[in-house]
Amino acid sequence: MKFNKKITNLLIILISTFALSACSTAKKSGTVGSDVYSGTDTVEYLASGVKDRVFFATNKSGLTTASRDTLRKQASWMRKNKKINVVLEGHGDERGTREYNLALAEKRANAARDYLLTYGISGKRISVISYGKEKPVNSASTPLSWSQNRRSVTVKTK
Amino acid sequence: MKKIFYILILFLFKFNTAYSLIEVDITRGNLDPLPIAVSPLHVDPQSDNYQDNKTKELGELISSVVEKNFRSTGLFNPLNKDAFVQKPDIAHLKPRFEDWRLITAQALVTGKLLLKDEKLKIEFRLWDVAANKEMIALAFTTTPSNWRRVAHIISDKIYERLTGESGYFDTRIIYVSETGPRTQRVKKLAIMDQDGENTKYLTLGNELVLTPRFNPTNQLVTYLSYFRNLPRVYLLDIETGIQEVVGNFPGMTFAPRFSPDGKKIIMSFAKNGNSDIYTMDLESRLVEKITEDSSIDTSPSYSPDGKYITFNSDRSGLQQIYTMKSDGSGVKRISFGDGLYGTPVWSPRGDLIAFTKVRRGKFYIGVMRSDGSGERLLTENFYQEAPSWSPNGRLLVFYRETKAGKNGQGFTAKLWSIDITGYNERELKTETDASDPSWSSLLSK
Repeated sequence: MKFNKKITNLLIILISTFALSACSTAKKSGTVGSDVYSGTDTVEYLASGVKDRVFFATNKSGLTTASRDTLRKQASWMRKNKKINVVLEGHGDERGTREYNLALAEKRANAARDYLLTYGISGKRISVISYGKEKPVNSASTPLSWSQNRRSVTVKTK
Repeated sequence: MKKIFYILILFLFKFNTAYSLIEVDITRGNLDPLPIAVSPLHVDPQSDNYQDNKTKELGELISSVVEKNFRSTGLFNPLNKDAFVQKPDIAHLKPRFEDWRLITAQALVTGKLLLKDEKLKIEFRLWDVAANKEMIALAFTTTPSNWRRVAHIISDKIYERLTGESGYFDTRIIYVSETGPRTQRVKKLAIMDQDGENTKYLTLGNELVLTPRFNPTNQLVTYLSYFRNLPRVYLLDIETGIQEVVGNFPGMTFAPRFSPDGKKIIMSFAKNGNSDIYTMDLESRLVEKITEDSSIDTSPSYSPDGKYITFNSDRSGLQQIYTMKSDGSGVKRISFGDGLYGTPVWSPRGDLIAFTKVRRGKFYIGVMRSDGSGERLLTENFYQEAPSWSPNGRLLVFYRETKAGKNGQGFTAKLWSIDITGYNERELKTETDASDPSWSSLLSK
């Protein structure tokens, strides 16, 4: 059982073969256009016509036109109900690393917060929390489920 | 831990290590594992309760722990005990090497235990069967309840002698235990021996906990807790159970790790939609901002000399791996392959950085040199991330999640380890589902 340095060369070959085979077995699954959820299956309402959540694209924190519309309605509802404070809960899907998801979900909730601020809601009435990928609303491993989980949910605190 | 555990290493014999023939090349993977015979430890007749079955069993238990450790490396092939021809006590004195060669053993471990006055003394020898000689002889004295750790220490000594690398058996893994449905997952901090034994739960599951990491002396753990629904970095003393918040800034602190000297915690701090990297000196509580960028900067990890930091940032548009000096200067992107890169963690040897890569809907655990060259992907799966290094820098432990069906059926989260050669991928059995593993350093140095 004595080994010489030739083994090292063999090893390098083996490793590269492994790396190549690992690459070649990766299946192609390109993303299809926009992957922002636009349905209402998981949506709840803060008041009549006021949706409680907005959805995001994979790895993004930008607000869509539909999201802005939802947030404007939330802002006007908050203006009418001055005693109500909210917490914005940011979430990600299961297809990212945990720590990055925590940061990304925080960014998403803050994107929603910033929009509410521009519509005259005081920052004192809005707090933000990120749950990363920890609290999915849909636990299936499907693109639909992931799109429903990439969200910022506005929750009444009082 | 150290206080209750005294190891007395007695060098029973002067061991001659100069010209041994057995050598295990750890870079080879498991193509041709070394046949090793682990003879059960025999009980010294001078032991108290010498005839007691429990005492006899202890010898078998210790050797089976050693055997299991060897098998788990993929580098050794422990031979079936039924084939052993020599009695353990005789083999321990002087093996008949030709008999052991007959059953293809190339290395032989023999040992003896003495249980007297509430003290357990274990001695073992490693023999080179081909060269007809002894390679190591060591003895340990401890309390009987510590027999498992002695088995791991013996395993480390043999591994070190045969591979020339430091061992990793006398270590623990801290992780997050997971139970319940995905939408209401209960998470607790859990700790276990490297081989899955001695699981203990460190939190009750009342609040969400994530990403525990050991300090260099394995007494403290830093982690993220949602205590009172405020996500903050905490510190836990494993022995006393005392928890304290360390990253109590208005916002979220997360992704903590210790500096190599254990004096600082490096972590992300998120506020107003921006995550940057900070350090906190644990003694002075001085906080220093290390990165300043409008993008997400997270998952920081120090180089073992403490001079550099690797981290994850999406400043280029998507998640990539960067390095910088520990003061935040000299930021350099090092990942340039096709796909996203996350969770960089510097090897304890300093040469490699392990990472998670996401490419075309698949997740990979890989390693690259600290300048970004020589990227190698070790394993591909539906979802896996968060590698943590074994203390000798030869293995990575990480967690893997399976694809869930409707309502989450079929979802599991488990710990896996893999050799950095890409060989010997295996599941680390845990009592519950598990994630976010962190490997300790050697408990007895």
